[in-house]
Amino acid sequence: MATYLQQVLNGVTLGSLYALIAIGYTMVYGILRLINFAHGDVFMWAGYWVFFLVALFRLPWWIGALCAVVITALMGVTIERVAYRPLREAPRISLLITAIGVSFLLENLIIVLPWAGGRQKPYPTPALMTQIYTVGNVRIQGVTIWVPLIAAACLLGLIFLVYRTKVGRAMRAIATDIETTALMGADINRVISYTFLVGSALAAVGGILWGCRYPRLQWDLGIMPGWRAFTAAVIGGIGNIVGAMLGGFLLGLAEILIVAFLPGLSGFRDAFIFAILIFFLLFKPTGILGKPMKEKV
Amino acid sequence: MLEVQNLHVFYGGIHALQGLSLSVPEGKVVTLLGANGAGKTTSLRAIMGLVRPREGQISLNGVSLLGKKPYEVVRMGVSMAPEGRRIFPDLTVLENLLLGAYARTDTAGVARDLEFVFSLFPRLRERQNQRGGTLSGGEQQMLAVARALMAGPKLLLLDEPSLGLAPVLITEVYRAFQRLREEGRTILLVEQNARAALSLADYGYVLETGRLVAHGPTSELRESDLVRKAYLGI
Repeated sequence: MATYLQQVLNGVTLGSLYALIAIGYTMVYGILRLINFAHGDVFMWAGYWVFFLVALFRLPWWIGALCAVVITALMGVTIERVAYRPLREAPRISLLITAIGVSFLLENLIIVLPWAGGRQKPYPTPALMTQIYTVGNVRIQGVTIWVPLIAAACLLGLIFLVYRTKVGRAMRAIATDIETTALMGADINRVISYTFLVGSALAAVGGILWGCRYPRLQWDLGIMPGWRAFTAAVIGGIGNIVGAMLGGFLLGLAEILIVAFLPGLSGFRDAFIFAILIFFLLFKPTGILGKPMKEKV
Repeated sequence: MLEVQNLHVFYGGIHALQGLSLSVPEGKVVTLLGANGAGKTTSLRAIMGLVRPREGQISLNGVSLLGKKPYEVVRMGVSMAPEGRRIFPDLTVLENLLLGAYARTDTAGVARDLEFVFSLFPRLRERQNQRGGTLSGGEQQMLAVARALMAGPKLLLLDEPSLGLAPVLITEVYRAFQRLREEGRTILLVEQNARAALSLADYGYVLETGRLVAHGPTSELRESDLVRKAYLGI
């Protein structure tokens, strides 16, 4: 019983991290029909910002983490402004290739930066996350409580933003019809900037919490979580925000439970995830909550 | 209020609009008639800043609209109910209407206009919490017009509001336009349905393959041979 609970908590923790990252993929895809390959690297950079601010500049952890969220969110906005906006009218494939280029740029910057490159860096983890709580005979690490709670708070905030505010309304509108949204008097460049701001901020929260769970920093740490979160977005129905959350939790749980209860298969973990991706792309490309999408003209 | 002079628009190599000039005086309803592909929608898209004209002038109360982005044109007081309605199917009727008022900050004015469009189209009030995509074609057209009115425009552009509607619904939608006219609203109405448009408007222009072929007060246009033969089928 205790192991079950422990593993389910681990699955929820991992799932909430995937959910935070998947939001950014799904929101950007909904508007620009772009798989933003750089998103996983934006996520990775958030961890490094905490490292720079807390380990090198000695800021208190919470302040450093908060600054890291802001800086990473602005990175996302800048990437859209500099790399994607000039290609708004270009063929989708140009945009896709540019996104791959931005991804390589972000990874290689980490490799060559003097304070980041070289060996793995230890991630500064606050004591709260490593503390052990004991409930009956179940021992729970702080990270498996706080990560899902913080993630849930962020996701609720996102739902409020998207479904209850004016700019959220414009974000939903722009995902179905950019031109008509402009006719409503909305500056679409601004709405798209907000979308990147929000998506990157959530990825940053994800990256910071990921560091608390797996406290080693390396240039490629965003790649696999990025792909898995993208898979989560596809499972939930790409373009669908609630779907991305659902997909994230499902994938995280599935991954942990398979490894926990079929340890012989743990080496096939990624094979299993990408088999799910291929399955959905082949048989249910609109995902669990998605609707058939019309090609944009 | 609106002055368009010598407007030329190209789509790729096609000369879609070849020197259009028209004016819409304040408080009047002006219609732009023509067959499919005559350049009617292109004219409205050029006014809204959705396509860039190669040549010509567009001004609103003496201020040029050329080079303005669509959202800037809306903020200057022009809004449009686009061809094919283009409502947001996943948003509720109320959310569609509130998006129409996106650029506005006068909460009281928005509330007043919401009340006004609900009185103009009572069905929208009944269906305000329904998703836009669940409305019938006629209701979607009403929503598109109401959404454009929510911008509180000085000039309202209507693109083919009768397209695809049953005759009884055309009558219903035009009854609402009649009320807007009586209130002294300024409207530029693009139509293929010449009969409906000529019965509403004060002044009309007729476009054929990008060129103006006739214009005049609607009472005269109704009597002209060209309009009678080509557009009224008499």
